[in-house]
Amino acid sequence: MFLANRKEQNGRFTLFRRTKKLESRIDEFLDNMVEAALLFRRGIKIYLKRGITDEFEECLEKAEELENRNDELRRRIETELYLNTLIPESREDVLRLLEHIDDLVNLVEANLFRFSIQQPDIPDHLKNGFRDLTKIVVECLEEVVKAARAFFRDYSSVRDFNSKVIFFETEADKVSTRIQREVFDSDLSLENKRHLIYFVEKIDDLANGAEDIADELNIYAIKLKV
Amino acid sequence: MDLSILIYLSSGLFLGWSLGSNDAANVFGIAVATGMVQFKTAAIICSIFVILGAVISGSGGASTLSRLGHINTMSGAFMVTLAAAVTVYNMVKLKLPSSTTQAIIGGIVGWNLYAGKPTDMQVLMKITMTWVLCPLLAAAIAILLYKLLTFLLSRLKIHLLTMDMYTRFGLIIAGAFGSYSLGANNIANVMGVFVDVLPFTDAVVGPYTFTSVQQLFLLGACAIAVGVFTYSYKMMLTVGGELSVLSPIAAWVVVVAHSFVLFAFASQGIKTFLESNHLPSLLLVPVSSTQAVVGAIVGLGLITNRQSIRWGKISQIFVSWLVTPITAALICFISLFFLQNVFNQTVYQ
Repeated sequence: MFLANRKEQNGRFTLFRRTKKLESRIDEFLDNMVEAALLFRRGIKIYLKRGITDEFEECLEKAEELENRNDELRRRIETELYLNTLIPESREDVLRLLEHIDDLVNLVEANLFRFSIQQPDIPDHLKNGFRDLTKIVVECLEEVVKAARAFFRDYSSVRDFNSKVIFFETEADKVSTRIQREVFDSDLSLENKRHLIYFVEKIDDLANGAEDIADELNIYAIKLKV
Repeated sequence: MDLSILIYLSSGLFLGWSLGSNDAANVFGIAVATGMVQFKTAAIICSIFVILGAVISGSGGASTLSRLGHINTMSGAFMVTLAAAVTVYNMVKLKLPSSTTQAIIGGIVGWNLYAGKPTDMQVLMKITMTWVLCPLLAAAIAILLYKLLTFLLSRLKIHLLTMDMYTRFGLIIAGAFGSYSLGANNIANVMGVFVDVLPFTDAVVGPYTFTSVQQLFLLGACAIAVGVFTYSYKMMLTVGGELSVLSPIAAWVVVVAHSFVLFAFASQGIKTFLESNHLPSLLLVPVSSTQAVVGAIVGLGLITNRQSIRWGKISQIFVSWLVTPITAALICFISLFFLQNVFNQTVYQ
């Protein structure tokens, strides 16, 4: 009797529980993006100060874990959305959004890996530029996550966060251009110059990726409104 | 039951079947087409509530039709319903938003003309006014409901997935309400003209009396349910596909507005409430489910995206207001002549 009642109660709340679980998975996925961005900022800060240290490797390791966890979460969310035919009208949009955010986490991890493996030789006079660029890029990533959260809970405010993403992306472009000029104005060897430009571009790619997501989010939010 | 009675009722049952196969889509189309509710679940809920609506609240519309014309023979009632069914069938073929109600009204007027009975012009005028009022009321309710919902939702900030869950529940509840209203309102189209020539007697089951009208409506509602199960799936996908361009909230609003209009034109309770408060009351009369849906969509289009309004569809409604009853009246008039003179049936007394 007790078991039967329990089973009935379970059945009644399955949909509710399943929905809440899926929501918390999406939240975790976005939290991981923010954490990865913060790890990136810390990792670059450590690298610019002391080069490759245990602390840096720890950041890389954590970023790798977050990347793996997000891959797993994305697959689970995807399966559940399809299996339970949830949000049929915005399912494709949500999955594309998660996929592109996952790409950003991959890029964060890949960038830290590049630093760990290639260990670019950054002269002291360029370090501030790298610091600024990283700071702006991370702020851009944080804003795009806020925009993504707004898409799920309050789509009318997506636009507000997106305008910040666009602002930071433009700022990142400006800083990136400044560093590139400084690199080519310096006495460094050509291969060293090319190497540094490559890293500047890779860091800046994170802001570009965030801007692409912001553009997508604008459209998704409009679709929700109609 | 006498076989001839079943043959006479067959036209009503056919009309019930076609109503079920067409109009269930207005109630559950969006839910089924988007995969939010399985067809089997939708068909079961729809059938149960159509039957409940028809048996519990179906008498109001039938009495209004009876005031328009007292069809006093089974063969006369058979032909009125058949003329309506044939008209609706052809309107559907021509892809015009057909209304069973308008066809039945045309059929009754055709019978009145053939039998030389007077048509109560006051009742006819009131009924035709409801044809205009039905889409307008649906549009007004849809606008109010949508404004209220969007206002509330913008403040509650509900997660997209929770909203999806609420929408599912909402669509099922609105579908059940819509099915009840459809049964209550449209059963008069299916079986209304047979009320004055009832072939049944009241049955007493324990403390309850199952009236002859309720038995007749139960039979008609079962025909609607058969229509829902056998043929409504394709219509649900078609109508649902058209509605799916709307957001789920807007689609829910359309279903609720449509259901409320059908309920308002069938509910004795609402009529009594309005009258007791000295407010203008609504005539209890069957109205078009499809035209209520079009009215609600146009209403939403006016406040969201005017360019999305399909004016062609609205002009088709105007056309059907004229073409449907006139065609049904003509078919009925001519068929009654053949039924009386070729098949020697008494079509009026």
